[in-house]
Amino acid sequence: MDTFVQQLINGLNIGAIYALIALGYTMVYGILRLINFAHGDIYMVGAFAGYFIAVKAGMAGPSWGGLVVVLFGSMAVAALVGMAIERFAYRPVRKYSRMTTLITAIGVSLLLENLFVAVFGGQGRGFPQLLQDNAYHLFGNAAISKSQILIFVVSIALMVLLQWIIFRTKVGTAMRAVSFNLNSAKLMGINTNAIITFTFALGSALAAAGGVLTAQYSPTIDPLMGITTGLKAFVAAVLGGIGNIPGAVLGGLLIGVAETMVVGYGGSIGIASTYRDAVAFAILILVLLLRPSGILGTTVQEKV
Amino acid sequence: MLSFIKRVLVTLAILAVLYALNLVMSKQGLFGFGVPLYQVDLWKMAGINIILAVSLNLINGFTGQFSIGHIGFMAIGAYSSTFATVYYTQGLERWLTGVVGADVAAAIVFTFVILVGALAAAIAGLVVGIPSLRLRGDYLAIATLGFAEIIRIIIVNTNRVGGATGFRGCVDSANGVTCIDESMGRLTIPAYTNFFWIGLFAVITIVVIYNIVNSDAGRALISIREDELAAQAMGVNTTRYKVTSFVISSAFAGVAGALYGHWRLPHPGDFTFGRSFEIIIMIVLGGMGSITGSVLGALVVTFLPELLRQLPGGVYNYRLVIYALLLIIIMITRPQGMLGGREFGLSWLKRSRRLPEGTAAVGASKGVPVAEATVRAEKDVEN
Amino acid sequence: MAADEINAAGGINGRQVQLIHEDDQGEPGKAATVVAKLINQDQVRALIGEVASSNSIAAAPNAQEAKVPMISPSSTNPKVTQIGDYIFRVCFIDPFQGEVMAKFAFNSLKAKKAAILFDSNSDYSKGLIQFFKAAFTKLGGTIVIEKAYAQRDRDFTGQLTAIRDTTPDVIYVPGYYQEVGVIAKQTKQLGIKAPLLGGDGWDSPQLWDLGGDALNGNYISNHYSVDDPTPVIQDFVKRYKAKYNGIAPDAIAALGYDATMVMADAIKRAGGTECVALRDAIAQTANYKGITGVITLNSERNAVKPAVVLELKDKKFVYRETINP
Repeated sequence: MDTFVQQLINGLNIGAIYALIALGYTMVYGILRLINFAHGDIYMVGAFAGYFIAVKAGMAGPSWGGLVVVLFGSMAVAALVGMAIERFAYRPVRKYSRMTTLITAIGVSLLLENLFVAVFGGQGRGFPQLLQDNAYHLFGNAAISKSQILIFVVSIALMVLLQWIIFRTKVGTAMRAVSFNLNSAKLMGINTNAIITFTFALGSALAAAGGVLTAQYSPTIDPLMGITTGLKAFVAAVLGGIGNIPGAVLGGLLIGVAETMVVGYGGSIGIASTYRDAVAFAILILVLLLRPSGILGTTVQEKV
Repeated sequence: MLSFIKRVLVTLAILAVLYALNLVMSKQGLFGFGVPLYQVDLWKMAGINIILAVSLNLINGFTGQFSIGHIGFMAIGAYSSTFATVYYTQGLERWLTGVVGADVAAAIVFTFVILVGALAAAIAGLVVGIPSLRLRGDYLAIATLGFAEIIRIIIVNTNRVGGATGFRGCVDSANGVTCIDESMGRLTIPAYTNFFWIGLFAVITIVVIYNIVNSDAGRALISIREDELAAQAMGVNTTRYKVTSFVISSAFAGVAGALYGHWRLPHPGDFTFGRSFEIIIMIVLGGMGSITGSVLGALVVTFLPELLRQLPGGVYNYRLVIYALLLIIIMITRPQGMLGGREFGLSWLKRSRRLPEGTAAVGASKGVPVAEATVRAEKDVEN
Repeated sequence: MAADEINAAGGINGRQVQLIHEDDQGEPGKAATVVAKLINQDQVRALIGEVASSNSIAAAPNAQEAKVPMISPSSTNPKVTQIGDYIFRVCFIDPFQGEVMAKFAFNSLKAKKAAILFDSNSDYSKGLIQFFKAAFTKLGGTIVIEKAYAQRDRDFTGQLTAIRDTTPDVIYVPGYYQEVGVIAKQTKQLGIKAPLLGGDGWDSPQLWDLGGDALNGNYISNHYSVDDPTPVIQDFVKRYKAKYNGIAPDAIAALGYDATMVMADAIKRAGGTECVALRDAIAQTANYKGITGVITLNSERNAVKPAVVLELKDKKFVYRETINP
């Protein structure tokens, strides 16, 4: 029993990270119908930004203040990067077909990855440990570590913050209006470009937070760390219903748990732990075949 | 009758050219004229890339379906054909060698395993295509990506084909595991592939796809690309056409895979979705509705990095960054790629398919929404 | 460094050595291409490489076919030299290395139950666990569980939790340092007390950066110890640090040095770089006193040498014991 609880904790942990990244995907898709392929790489940019902030400020040992600075610093940097991408890569192609925007997104993703590899090298780097990592025993063998608790606390806090922004502020209402129908929102006088930029900033900040939190938990960062994680987070967004914010969270947690359960228990039914990445894609295929709108999504009829 | 003779002559001429080129590229050269082996590898890769790009163009460029998992079918082709070679055809080849000699036997066996690869990939294309092609644009893209990744992960986990460290054709023999076929004096996965075969299949791919595109079926595909609902309303069985073109496209990817697998032994690291993106770059660069465009795109993507390697400084290390930038800039400025929807130089062979200005395969706005036009009009009025 | 020292001392038989290096980015496909380029375009007469077994195995056929002798400094998978008689290595092979750790675990650590966590993308890792398993069970121990991960994975809690369930005495993790750092950390996070055992793939100055204090108390088998007080080794360490900004040489560096020196020695003995003569000269290398031990190449073109077991403590590899073949 304690093993099951442990695996559950492990799964919810990586699930929370997927959820943070998935939120960015789902928000951007909601307003632009664009799959921002580069979003997973923003997660990586956030982790690297945090790394350089920590190193430049000379942080080496555990420090709560340091963690806060690194977290918010990286979120700010990522927000800027996200906005720049939107402004210079996506806005000019918005008028073209979906395929064009998708290819552009792929291009941005490749650009970020290879730029970082060329400049910083493909080797992993150790992220400074800003947290004294202790394991707290729960019962039996089950334990939860400080960094895991941090991930839960921060991601829940950020998600609550996001909900508040979306449902209780004017900006959030504008975002919802734009995602409902971009042209009507424009007619209503909403500055859609500004809202779109803001959405990118918000999503990127969340992804960056995910990056820094992960770096505390698995302290090796490298320029290609965002590829698989980003793809799985996208699957999470689709699973929950793309465009749907609680759906992204639900999807993220589900994928995290499913993946960990397969790794931990799959051996007994012949599924090697190296099938881990296939879990997310298998779920994706199932969702697309059985319920493409996702768990919490609504089906949209295509009008002629 | 005359056109038939003409076609036969042209075919023979092409075969002769390929054969000569192959000799040039091989170790002995042709009349003392040879190509350095390192460059031969590049030309072989270019040929394989051409097959991949042209076949992907059929489904992405001409049918307008966004598949980004093409490499998965290449992987299936590579692994199924080498699997057949290692476990099934060795005895056949030995027997045939006694009958018709080593070269002909190798050719027969190789043709056979290539067909096996193509068939396996085609079946995979059917399995992937039928459920996925129901989906709309972006979802289809992600579904194909997902399938390609699943294929790769399954290969990584299958020890019979070498798993994560690649397939070297090592079989259990009397004295342990061996990767060398003593009786034939070569590796158990023989390097059948040479420039002749690659060139031959590249030509076949181009000819087949060209004929499809210029037939009635091709026009149906293009109509699906332009406006699927309208095509459906006009009575075109869109599902059947989409699936068929997907299967054909996958089959050729399988051929490319079989050729690759018997040259560079199959390794899952060669079939990541990064490679899928590379093929996409090829067809985008060249122009998504253009076969000559895909050929050009494939050549550029194959040779550009090597040219960059010659440049001083660390430019070579930034080549992937340059690609990515190139891709983005092309999408922003000229999304129809180098050739747009047009073919190069065929106007004096056949009647050219010139698409009307502004209706590039990718990049034209798909109709202006009414509201936007109204807003613009209002803005003009305000000013 | 070896090349510079050779040239400074007057070259080999009076001729200078020119070193051309290429980077294959750790990919087997690229390794083959790079070797082809070096042989055909740069016309190299000898090859030193590759480090990782998977890449050596991919590159070696090209060298063998072109009859260019290749000495791998550190590829330990037995398949590498089986590819042909132009392929050599100056390190021990994994059947020995796997056995070393098994003996150490059973005899010195008194372990009866071992868990295995290996890198499924690496020939090196997959090979080592086979040899470890065989040796450990022959000594009387049991393997309680076997789990795998893929290179570039960052989360091992799923596998480690399942391993924790089986209460092993030791966990054999013969992977590369990039993943081991995180594995060590997550092992401690889950409260697993059993020590981790590894191989020479752990050896890198970067390991400490990636794993920190969580690495303490683990052991590896390796080719040499940078702390070995033998004058020859310490002198080498001093020269290396002087040349490379104070970075201490890890086992790969020492082996690379030895491989180059062995090649140079063979060229000297062969009187030139003609392929067959050079190959024979390399094959006859016996009792060459290298940094990583006395190198004698046997008939399978592998080096027969002892291994050392090192303990990881406070960001250093501390010498623990030597295990002879």
